[in-house]
Amino acid sequence: MGDYENYLKGSPLEVKVITRRIGIPNSASIDVFLQNDGYKALAKALAMKPDEVINEVKNSGLRGRGGAGFNTGMKWSFVPKQSAKPKYVVCNADESEPGTCKDRPLIEFDPHQLIEGVAIAGYSIQSNQGYIYVRGEYRYLLDILDRALQEAYARGYLGKNILGTGFNFDIATHTGAGAYECGEETALLNSLEGLRGYPRVKPPFPAVVGLYGGPTVVNNVETLSNVPSILLNGADWYSKLGSAKNGGTRLFCLSGHINRPGVYELPMGFPLRRIIEEVGGGIPGGKKLKCVIPGGSSCPVLTPEEIDVPMDFDSLSKIGSMLGSGGVVIMDEDTCMVKAALRISRFYAHESCGWCIPCREGTSWLKTLLTRFHAGGGVAEDPDTALDVAFNILGKTLCPLGDAAALPVISILKKFRHEFEDHLKLGACPYERSAVTAS
Amino acid sequence: MPEPTTAAPPTTVTITIDGKSMTVPPGTLLIEAAKQSGIDIPSFCYYPGLTLQGACRMCVVLIEKMPKLQTACTTVVANGMVVHTANDEVKNARKAMLEFLLTNHPLDCPVCDKGGECELQDAVFRYGAAETRFLEIKHHEEEKKFSNLVYYDRPRCILCYRCIRVCDEGMDVNAYGIGFRGAHSEIIPNHGDKLECEECGMCIDICPVGALTSGTYRYKTRPWELTYTGTICNHCGDGCKTTLSIRNNEIIRANNRDHSGFNGEFLCAKGRFGWDFVNSEQRVTSPRIRRDGKQEDSTWEEALGTTVARLNNIITRHGADSVAVIGSNRTTNEENYLLSRFTRTVLGTNNLDHHRTADFSSLVGALTNSHATDRYATMQGVATASSILLIGNNPTHQHPLLAYQIRQAVRQHRARLYVINGDEIKLRRQATLYVQVKPGGEADAVRALICNLGPAADLLAAGSTPISAVAEKLKTESNTIIIFGDEIRGEMVGELVRWGLTLPGRTRFIALGDYANSRGAADMGLLPGNLPGYSSITDREARAYFETVWGEKLPVKPGRDLRGIVSGIHAGDIKTLLVFGSNPIKTLKLDGNALSKLDFLLVADLFPTETGALADVFLPATSFAEKAGTVTNTCGQVQAVKRTMRKPGTRSDLEIIMALARQFGRKWPYNSPDDVLREMIAKVRGYSIALPTLLLGGAVATVPEGIPPALERVDLISTSGDSLFTSGTVSRYSKALNSVEEAKRPHDHIF
Repeated sequence: MGDYENYLKGSPLEVKVITRRIGIPNSASIDVFLQNDGYKALAKALAMKPDEVINEVKNSGLRGRGGAGFNTGMKWSFVPKQSAKPKYVVCNADESEPGTCKDRPLIEFDPHQLIEGVAIAGYSIQSNQGYIYVRGEYRYLLDILDRALQEAYARGYLGKNILGTGFNFDIATHTGAGAYECGEETALLNSLEGLRGYPRVKPPFPAVVGLYGGPTVVNNVETLSNVPSILLNGADWYSKLGSAKNGGTRLFCLSGHINRPGVYELPMGFPLRRIIEEVGGGIPGGKKLKCVIPGGSSCPVLTPEEIDVPMDFDSLSKIGSMLGSGGVVIMDEDTCMVKAALRISRFYAHESCGWCIPCREGTSWLKTLLTRFHAGGGVAEDPDTALDVAFNILGKTLCPLGDAAALPVISILKKFRHEFEDHLKLGACPYERSAVTAS
Repeated sequence: MPEPTTAAPPTTVTITIDGKSMTVPPGTLLIEAAKQSGIDIPSFCYYPGLTLQGACRMCVVLIEKMPKLQTACTTVVANGMVVHTANDEVKNARKAMLEFLLTNHPLDCPVCDKGGECELQDAVFRYGAAETRFLEIKHHEEEKKFSNLVYYDRPRCILCYRCIRVCDEGMDVNAYGIGFRGAHSEIIPNHGDKLECEECGMCIDICPVGALTSGTYRYKTRPWELTYTGTICNHCGDGCKTTLSIRNNEIIRANNRDHSGFNGEFLCAKGRFGWDFVNSEQRVTSPRIRRDGKQEDSTWEEALGTTVARLNNIITRHGADSVAVIGSNRTTNEENYLLSRFTRTVLGTNNLDHHRTADFSSLVGALTNSHATDRYATMQGVATASSILLIGNNPTHQHPLLAYQIRQAVRQHRARLYVINGDEIKLRRQATLYVQVKPGGEADAVRALICNLGPAADLLAAGSTPISAVAEKLKTESNTIIIFGDEIRGEMVGELVRWGLTLPGRTRFIALGDYANSRGAADMGLLPGNLPGYSSITDREARAYFETVWGEKLPVKPGRDLRGIVSGIHAGDIKTLLVFGSNPIKTLKLDGNALSKLDFLLVADLFPTETGALADVFLPATSFAEKAGTVTNTCGQVQAVKRTMRKPGTRSDLEIIMALARQFGRKWPYNSPDDVLREMIAKVRGYSIALPTLLLGGAVATVPEGIPPALERVDLISTSGDSLFTSGTVSRYSKALNSVEEAKRPHDHIF
């Protein structure tokens, strides 16, 4: 774990809300959790009416940390009060977005915070069953989670008649088999049901017809981990932590060409430039910044001119990108942007589930085109073709994976078109010139 | 139709598509609403009757106030919706989808089976671009053989998932899944690398491209070289409409892509592949006469002459009742009508029967007695029924279309199905209640159902639902369709009908008989005691009626039934037997010597069957594909069989009977099957059917009415128990059906 813990060393600029127990020895155990406000929020919530819990979360301005940024309380409020079928809470722990590694420490070092969040969500929509769907590659987290669940059951925070309130709630864990697509909420539900991880047609939305046809709330790990703090400290306190309409803090995962890569909890709206320069300690070797992916590989990239932006959902959307999952990937001046586009395209071509035509064929096309182009086999039409292919995927797929594949490529092709022209002129990658000459 | 359960919701929704305002029922899908007003929205994955996929993205349209293009196949109309289906944005999106589809498509249209009738080809022609920008190497996968009848070519596949859905949702077989991921996704069989299924070929039929191809059709022809004739499948009693594709006087394939007929596009393995017996090299194409113990080829003139001479001789020496005739349950109504006439008037005997596979006579008699002859259910009616009681039979094997219709009723109309059966038949999966009786216990179960008695302790299989539960539920249903197999016969039919008519609503009935025209054989009086139209030969008025129609006296003496004919041969009372399209040695399980006491045996058939091999004169008959006429399905619906090809050397049973009658000096007023049909329509009770509907390819329900003689022995009624891959004698001559692995142990498979 040595290296990994380095990434959690933190920064003085952090505002620790959901990571406040990380660093305490044995933070994953229920005893440490209970010594540090553990399950107090659940007790508080159970004393409230379910609608009051929903309103509290709604007013806190908590927005989905999985990437879409939808108001969490609002999502909960869409669940019908009366339902013939059972209602479910599903925690999406299928963290797969390249550049993102924030759910992992939350589960590893504070699983009870998540369990408490799931239980509160369950109470608020009057569900009796929760699931935590963990990505296949996070199998080792399953043991930690399962141990925590056992502890919670043993102490009466899960199961029948929780804290004597008459509320029953169970949580079960389930792992995926290694598919990015299963992070899409409806594909996740299919996978959870034992079906192939294909997305479903929406509407109906999961809040109405979800798992096994029952009303279902699907929330990200980080989202649910925020819920106990909101309940304990109040919506007002939480919303004031962040910027307007973007309540609370958010975990940012810094990676790429940066001196201090790691996971940092910062207030919503923290400026991107300060994240790179102050939190992350700038770029190694004093090199210049070429480009930043602000929120995971599916976001349009930002140029150095664009980094004076508050990191919240609305501000990034205003400049044509997304806050996404908080995966901030920094690329220095020596990065080949064609190769960056290729690397991203290769990921999406590999992860496209294949269900709908534009994503299945388009991502594969982009990958092969960029592979050829970067290897020196480009023709003059290629950049325009690639742009067109990406636009033909954009907005036409069944689930957001298509957009995720198209947006970064479009942004790179638009903002770094000259690098494509350089490749054409040279007949090879200028950044790998020495390698090419050598071979 | 499903009964409305709640108060009426808003009745219409008004939307605008391409500037056209229209009102449609709420809940209509946008793609269907557009279709209704003549606006075509292309699609591959959308398929009426199957679940929605939203996968091909071809049907994207612009809906005002929506942030991006929407799929018309998953969008339900909403009041005030304004839709554009042909603006530049939509057109470009469609073009883009087609460009995507063609990137890894092999474009081997010149050799592809589907070339000329390919939905992808058509869509590219209409909406696509002629040039490609795809410079990369295409993915290639080798073609896979899923079974002897189904091949899969991944590169051609557009992954519309129709095959998966029709197999799962339509057939309840679920033989297909998807393997791998992304651009490498492919259709795979769910059991290993081979299909284990009903081999119905629905997947091939529904495939919009040439990805799934037929083992019997592939690489044989171009579709535009074929001529197409719609006719009726000859195998089971359901009466599926099928379109035979003919090239050079040979059937190349059968399907029903035009969705005509009550089966829509449905065909089972027999319908889709089992026609190839027609092309079999074992067909007899020359008459044969036995000389010195051996059958030798002869001419039609000699064969018919010999037959008439022998018949005259025997009738003179031993009397008319020394002659017996066995008819067919595949020959046309016209042929059966003439055979009935020929036997009774020309030969002068009532010794006439056929292999009865259902007790149609008792059903007609019971409904007539109850003044309820409006209660025959139709094949279409089953698909929209709200409640179905199925007693006996195994429709999945014996009546594949009926089984399909039942599944449609359950899946699409939420019908309740009640099954009483001695076997764990597959349709129990769709059943609301399934009563498993001990084998052969169906009739006793019906008795218990009717009398509301607790059944005898040993009647039910262990753990079965009690019969009383079905009785109670049926009292809460209305308009139940009661379907029964050969297990219910004789007086049990009457009891079942009388009880059924006491149930709420309009209870309707279907008796299940095998083969294309079992029903027609009964209707036309191929029975010792029945005249055409279910009147009794002992009824003086009925006799007088047909004596007027036919201008000859009818024999009064009741004839022998099939068992009586066999025992008559054994006793030496029957000297001559004429067999048309039947193989009694096999169906009655007789030994070869059973017919040895005959002085003369005539067999008219397609193949040298066990019975045919014993014939003194063998006449090569035509198959269903080579003659015209009508057949009546097990529900009593008449449909037209059309001649699609010729088989030199053969003659239809109708031509044979006409020729024999002529040689006996009769001048019958018929020149064609149509003339016979016209007489049937005019003279046979229940058959006053609308000729235009029939000629336009429709199915016309008959309303038979009459009090035929009661069934004397129940063992005269017995199903052949065919499987999905057998069809009496003829399936032995189908290479396709015999090539199927599943056919070796058809009842061992629960697909």
